[in-house]
Amino acid sequence: MSFQPVKFYQTGTYTVGNRLLAPDARSVQAGELRSNSINSGHRACQGCGEALGARYAIDAAMAESNNQLIAVNATGCLEVFSTPYPESSWQVPWIHSLFGNAPAVATGVAAAMKVKGKNNVRVVAQGGDGGTTDIGFGCLSGMFERNDDVLYICYDNEAYMNTGVQRSSATPPTARTATTMPVGPEPGNVFGQGKNVPEIAMAHGIPYVATATVADLRDLEYKVRKAMKMHGARYIQIFVPCPLGWGSASHDTIRLARLAKETGMFPVFEAEHGEVTGVLKIRNKQPIEDYLKPQKRFAHLFGKHAHPEMVAHLQAIADRNIRKYGLLDEEKAHG
Amino acid sequence: MLKQIEGSKAVAEAIALCRPEVICAYPISPQTHIVEALGEMVKAGDLTPCEFINVESEFAAMSVAIGSSAAGARSYTATASQGLLFMVEAVYNAAGLGLPIVMTVANRAIGAPINIWNDHSDSLSQRDSGWMQLFAETNQEAVDLHIQAFKLAEELSMPIMVCMDGFILTHAFERVDIPTQEQVDGYLPPFDPRQMLDPAEPVSIGAMVGPEAFMEVKYLAHAKQMQALELIPQLAAEFKQQFGRDSGGLVRTYRADDAETMIVAMGSVLGTVKDTVDELREQGHKIGVLGIISYRPFPLKEVRAALVNCKRFVVLEKSLAVGMGGIVATDVRMAVSGTGLKGYTAIAGLGGRNITKASLHKLFLEAEQEQLPPVTFVDLDWDVVNKQLEREKQNRHSGPIAENILYDKGMSSSAKFG
Repeated sequence: MSFQPVKFYQTGTYTVGNRLLAPDARSVQAGELRSNSINSGHRACQGCGEALGARYAIDAAMAESNNQLIAVNATGCLEVFSTPYPESSWQVPWIHSLFGNAPAVATGVAAAMKVKGKNNVRVVAQGGDGGTTDIGFGCLSGMFERNDDVLYICYDNEAYMNTGVQRSSATPPTARTATTMPVGPEPGNVFGQGKNVPEIAMAHGIPYVATATVADLRDLEYKVRKAMKMHGARYIQIFVPCPLGWGSASHDTIRLARLAKETGMFPVFEAEHGEVTGVLKIRNKQPIEDYLKPQKRFAHLFGKHAHPEMVAHLQAIADRNIRKYGLLDEEKAHG
Repeated sequence: MLKQIEGSKAVAEAIALCRPEVICAYPISPQTHIVEALGEMVKAGDLTPCEFINVESEFAAMSVAIGSSAAGARSYTATASQGLLFMVEAVYNAAGLGLPIVMTVANRAIGAPINIWNDHSDSLSQRDSGWMQLFAETNQEAVDLHIQAFKLAEELSMPIMVCMDGFILTHAFERVDIPTQEQVDGYLPPFDPRQMLDPAEPVSIGAMVGPEAFMEVKYLAHAKQMQALELIPQLAAEFKQQFGRDSGGLVRTYRADDAETMIVAMGSVLGTVKDTVDELREQGHKIGVLGIISYRPFPLKEVRAALVNCKRFVVLEKSLAVGMGGIVATDVRMAVSGTGLKGYTAIAGLGGRNITKASLHKLFLEAEQEQLPPVTFVDLDWDVVNKQLEREKQNRHSGPIAENILYDKGMSSSAKFG
C-alpha cells in the first residue's frame, strides 16, 4: 500500500512534513513546490480537520496534475470559511454552486474540458459528509454510474457542522448532535442507521474508491495522487475531526483521526473497480473508549449515567470493521 | 430549407446549428423529443464537438450545465413542468452566477393533480429567477428564438428560457424554414465567456456574499434584463437581416390600430386569438391583439404603448396565481397603471383544456360589452366545482379532490352517453 521510507510515528502536525528527508522523498506538503492551494487567512476553526484534509488533498492533486486543476465545492464549512469575498483562499480555479450538486457541476466542468480538448485539465469536486452522503447523494451516484472523469473528495466529520452540528447519515451511533440529543434512555444517535458511502461507491464499480484520515498524510497523498493518475469516477472519503462539533480539543484533531483508524472505527482502505485492494493496518490496536472519551459528543456514554452497553456496541462495530477489512495482522489479531 | 417537421425536431436542428458544446438530457414530456434528436445527432457524429450527458435528474441537468457553462462551454438543456420545478434551486443559481445557459421549456402544467398537457404554469413560476423568458407563437418562431437566445444570453452573460407550448407546438408537424449552418454562423459568434474556470487564470466563482454586496449583485441581474429590453429588438432586427424574416422582438400587435378592445396573450394560443379576431373584425368589431414574446424582461413600455389607445383589454392567460387571479395580467395592469383602462383577466386552457374559437368569441364579445367579471375562468365546469364544494360542506371526510372531480365528470359523461 502506501510507501513510507522512514517509519515515523507521527504525533502531531509538526512531523507530517518530514522535512528531514531528501527532497524527492518528501511528502507534497513538505515539498518546496507545494501549491498552497488553500492559502492561510481562511476562517476555519482552530484545529479544523477539514481545512487540513482539503489542503493536503488539493495540494496533492495539484502536484499530480501539474497544477492543471479545477475544483468544485459543495456548500458547507469548507466553502464558507474559504471564500468570504473579496478574500478567497483558493489558489485554483474554484466554483461553488449549491449544497447538493457539486458532483454534477464537476461533471459539467469535466465535459467542458473534454469538448475543448483540454485533456490535461483535471477536475476535483469536494464537500462535507452532509453534502455528500445526504443532499448531494443523487448527483454523486449519477456521476459515479456515468463514470464521469471526476475525483470526488468527501471530508467526513460525521455531521452538519456548518449549520450547527446536526446529524447526517455519516453520524455514528450514540453521538450527540443538535438533532440527536443525549437525552432519554438511549441518548445520542441511534444504532442501525446511516450509510457507508465508500462501500456504496464501490458498488458502482468505479475505478477507485479510498478512505483516508488526516493523521496519515503520506497515505492520504498517495491515494489522491493515485486517484489523479486514473480517469473516470473516483471517490476518496477523508476522516476529518471537528473540534467544534465533536467537543474535542483543537490540538487533538490528528490524535483522534489516528485513534479512529487504530480502533477500527474508521477503516482505512482502497478499492479498484469494486474490489478492496489494500488496507492500512492497525499498528497498535486501541480500545474504543480511548477514541470516545476525548470527545464531548460521547460524554453521555461515561460518568455517572454511563452506558457501557452502548460502548460495547460501538466496540463490536469497530471489531466487525477489523474482521471485515482485515485491519490487524494475523499475529496481532490472535495475540 | 423548408421542411415539414415536428416542432421538437425543428428545435433540435436549430440547437445543433448553434453548435452547443454540452447538452444535458433528462426525459420529461413534452420536451423529450428535442433531446432525443440531439442525442442521435451527437451519437452519429453529426454534431461535434459536443458532449451529450444523460443525467439522473433535472436538478443534475441544470447543475451539469452550470459546470460546463462556467468552464466556458456553450451549454443547453430542455425541460418542462415538474422537471423545471425539480431543478429550481439550480435555475436560480445559474442566473445568480450569470451563466448564459439556454434552456427550452416545453410548457406544461404543474401537478398535483399530475397532468402532462400544456399551460404556462411551469416557466411562469420561475419569473423571478433571473432567467429571461421568450415565448414562441409558432414552431418557426421557436426555431428562430433559440438562435437569438444564444446570442442574447451570451451577450448579457445571463441564462434564458425559450418557452414553447408543450404538445401544441412540440408535437405539431408544420412547415418550418430551417436555416443553413452558414446563416447561423454568420449571426451567432462563438461563445466568448465573460468569466471562466481556467487554471491559467484561476478565479473563485460562487463566493459567499453578505449584506454589504448582495443587493448590488441582485440589482445587476435586473439591470441586465433592462439591457435586454434594448437588445432583444436589436437582435430581432439583425436576425431579419441575416435570415430574411421577422421573428422575436418584445411584443407584436395584430389589427390593433383602431382597436377598442385588445386581447393580450402569449404563445401558440395567439393563433386562435387572431382567427377569432379576424372573424369579429369581419363583423365590424374593433378588436385587436397584443402578443407578448418577451415575458422576462417584461416590456412595460411597449405593452403600455400597444394598449394606451384602446378602451379595454383582456389578458388571456394559461396560468393562475392561486388566491389572486392572473399572473401575466398583473404585469399588464402594471404597464397601463394610471391610464384608467378597463382590464379583464381570463384564465384559460389550464392543464391542456382546449381554448376554442367559440369560447373566445363569447369571451371577447362580453369584454367588449364590459360584462365580464374582473377574473373569468374560461369554460370552467361550475356544476362539478359546486358539487365538490357542497360535498366538502356536507362531509368532513370528503376525500381526495381530484378523484372526486373525476368521479363526478365520469358520472355526468356516462349520464350523457349512457
